[in-house]
Amino acid sequence: MVLTQKIKQRVLWWLIFSSALIPVIILTVGAVQQNLGADPAKVIVLELGVWALNFLWVSLAITPIRKLFGWKSLAKYRRMMGLYSFFYLTLHILAFTTFIVGWQISILVTEITERPYAIVGFIAFLLLLPLAITSTKAMQKRLKKNWLSLHKLVYAVSLLALLHIVWQIRSDYSEALVYGLILSWLLGYRYYKKLAANRARDFKKNVATHN
Amino acid sequence: MLILKPQKIKSSEITSESIYQQRRSFMKAALGVTSAVASSSVLALTNYELEDEKRYPGPKWLQQKTQDSVKHPSFQAKDKLTPYGDVTTYNNFYEFGTSKDAPAKRAQKFVTDPWMVEVSGAVAKPGNYHLEDFIKPHTLEERICRLRCVEGWSMVIPWMGVSLADVIKHFEPTSKAKYIEFTTLHDPKQMPEQNATFGTLDWPYVEGLRLDEAMNPLAFLATGLYGQGLPPQNGAPLRLVVPWKYGFKNIKSIVKIRFTETMPRNTWYETNPREYGFYANVNPAVDHPRWSQATERRLPSGLFSPNRIETLPFNGYAEEVAHLYKGMDLAKWY
Repeated sequence: MVLTQKIKQRVLWWLIFSSALIPVIILTVGAVQQNLGADPAKVIVLELGVWALNFLWVSLAITPIRKLFGWKSLAKYRRMMGLYSFFYLTLHILAFTTFIVGWQISILVTEITERPYAIVGFIAFLLLLPLAITSTKAMQKRLKKNWLSLHKLVYAVSLLALLHIVWQIRSDYSEALVYGLILSWLLGYRYYKKLAANRARDFKKNVATHN
Repeated sequence: MLILKPQKIKSSEITSESIYQQRRSFMKAALGVTSAVASSSVLALTNYELEDEKRYPGPKWLQQKTQDSVKHPSFQAKDKLTPYGDVTTYNNFYEFGTSKDAPAKRAQKFVTDPWMVEVSGAVAKPGNYHLEDFIKPHTLEERICRLRCVEGWSMVIPWMGVSLADVIKHFEPTSKAKYIEFTTLHDPKQMPEQNATFGTLDWPYVEGLRLDEAMNPLAFLATGLYGQGLPPQNGAPLRLVVPWKYGFKNIKSIVKIRFTETMPRNTWYETNPREYGFYANVNPAVDHPRWSQATERRLPSGLFSPNRIETLPFNGYAEEVAHLYKGMDLAKWY
């Protein structure tokens, strides 16, 4: 009984792990078959960016959903989702540098030093990098309490990512609005929980001193 | 989200400009003999290598005129043509959606014939004109022009149409006419994005030119491309072509032309005056606040060898139009 449960968990893990690769597979097939339209470079860069964003948002959603619905088994996917976000973000930047800029360093430097949306995007990548490096269990043990503080950087990354898309709006802001609303709930939920926890702690403290 | 489309023709399989030109002259010669086959020849003309691409013969009254187009002696860009399939599936026509493939998907039922154009303002002959009457007095010209989008990509397109100056002369602008204002159709039933809740553009789309810019021989009104009618996603049935300016100045599906004494407010300027000016001349020296304008990607652009080229002042048309802006600070009047 326990064994089948374990197998089920294992299968589910592999299922989720491989599903997360579907976007990159579709894009690769599309690029090889040349059916991504007149400007495949833009499609690839854009889609990789969208999926980096999606996985980041999913990774941030795991804790609130786990707490709200009591799905304890969800916790182990948080790292996977975070790493997939980093994976797609890395591909996003590589695709931009290769397909759009063609590794012309002078253009790349201009882009990431002068374009506000590119600057915030690149900072988000630089901040996500140490989180990806320290994502292993061994690092988690080594850094102890610091690990948690370090990984709070993900909140800054998410805000920079949102800014990255907001600053690219030409006229239609519906997509940015959806991402923004979801993020404000994800971060708002945490803030609210923390406030509630602080209040409870203070209340206990007060009760203790008054007695 | 990504939607896979049927496999597209490789650019190497698409007819080169020279063969396209030869076939046009061949077709014209053939038509001279048997004009009875004209309507079927509209299709035959674009039958080269485009078998699985959708074609747009245009309204009946225009088909023969399109076939009789004459090549303009000077406006024949030597650049390699952007393949027909790319020209007709990669469009900025926000009335039909903000993604590049939305217009080709959502504009196919757009009714462009019959079509009325309202001419008003400082002219001796204002009125509501049938597009047919409007085009009839003119012989259509064929021009090959570069199109440079403010977003940093560019194309080369063979247009059919009439010189804007020739059309303007018909309406006899008065001395008060200093500017010309164009308006796109406003019809949310046909143009779904005009109903969008989260868009910042104010409909209908408006663009404008200074009258001397409009009278420049390079300013053009297109009624077709690639030897046939204008596809709805490219701005059928009447679209402005001002190749020395960024793409957004090339207003599509025009229903109103107004001659004014004061500078018209164009839609993108109204939306974001810091980023989009009235003049919008292609200028590698003046960056858009959010991206560089020094270079452009000429479409189609290969993945591992991006077709990145230097952007030229006035999109390479400085000889024709630079004199219009003598003494003007182009960084200020972007």
